[in-house]
Amino acid sequence: MGTSPFVLPFAALEVGQHLYWQFGKLRIHGQVFMTSWILIGALLTLVVVGTKKMERDPKGVQNLLEFLWDYIRDLARTQIGEKVYRDWMPFIGTLFLFIFVSNWGGALIPWKLIELPSGELGAPTADINTTVALALLVSLSYFYAGLSNKGLRYFEYYVHPTPIMLPFKIVEDFTKPLSLSFRLFGNILADELVVAVLVFLVPLVLPVPVMFLGLFTSAIQALIFATLAAYYIGEAVEEHH
Amino acid sequence: MSSLLLFGASEGGLFDFDATLPLMAAQVVLLTYILNVLFFKPVGKVVEEREDYVLTSRTEAKKKLAEVEKLENDLKNQLKGARQAAQKVISEAEADSEKLYKEALALANSEANASREKVRKEIDSQRESALNQLKSDADKLGDLIVQKLLAAK
Repeated sequence: MGTSPFVLPFAALEVGQHLYWQFGKLRIHGQVFMTSWILIGALLTLVVVGTKKMERDPKGVQNLLEFLWDYIRDLARTQIGEKVYRDWMPFIGTLFLFIFVSNWGGALIPWKLIELPSGELGAPTADINTTVALALLVSLSYFYAGLSNKGLRYFEYYVHPTPIMLPFKIVEDFTKPLSLSFRLFGNILADELVVAVLVFLVPLVLPVPVMFLGLFTSAIQALIFATLAAYYIGEAVEEHH
Repeated sequence: MSSLLLFGASEGGLFDFDATLPLMAAQVVLLTYILNVLFFKPVGKVVEEREDYVLTSRTEAKKKLAEVEKLENDLKNQLKGARQAAQKVISEAEADSEKLYKEALALANSEANASREKVRKEIDSQRESALNQLKSDADKLGDLIVQKLLAAK
């Protein structure tokens, strides 16, 4: 940060710098994996603790897990439909939970206290690689869902009301992952930047409402990503008549 | 190095794609499997078992309620029947007692009449005999008077 104008200890702003780990010819962003492992660890700990002793009368963490399960089931069922939502519920739920803990973990945990030689820790979803990976998984999923449910009849979807739709539907296959990944990436990165800039300018009070807004946005983005993923899968398995 | 590296950077930048992408994808797929085993399956099992339990309990309770209502109706009908029977018995008994009373009254009346009649007949016959007696006495007296008068002459 030698040339950076930002000098406050917790208000430093680093954009587009990464902590590189080199494996042979492959390079990966170390900070993304470090935070994602911590957050996945926290999520799995919660799940393991909550499912350790499950009863018919739920107690403690089991309540929270059942609430989440019910929420995800409703989401998957309304978007995908009664017939196949069970197959896709774990995937939709994992997307929701992973994005949610990533966004909130990035916003709530004071990562800046940990010094890295390069780059900084933050929400894994503020890295374009993560969001594109998630979006591509969604694309693969809806293709797989359509093909496994309807076979080659899946491609009827492209000419569905009329064959005029064909080019638009083909373009959609590219815009869907693009919009999914950029929406999430942009929102989370922008949120981090706004908070960082505000903390840099006015280190007291003012950033707090923006931080709360950030938490709200983070939750909404997780919900939007999961809902759209479920909607795309539902669209692919829907039967046209 | 500038802190804002965007497109076309040789190193770093916001849009720096590398092996992070496939690794993250693999990590998310792995997480899906782990969460499916640790979270979605067990929690789903518990929730659905409870939903089944609630559903069956509700239908059972409804069935029992219907049974109870049926029994209540039966008992009400029985009670109604018993009340009607009791009412009938009471009115029959009342009619019986009324009849007996009237019979007894009629009997007493006729007996009273009969005894009164008998007494009157007795009185009549006694009066008759007294009158006859009187008549014969009067005749005898008349005769006596006549004889005395004749004798005195």
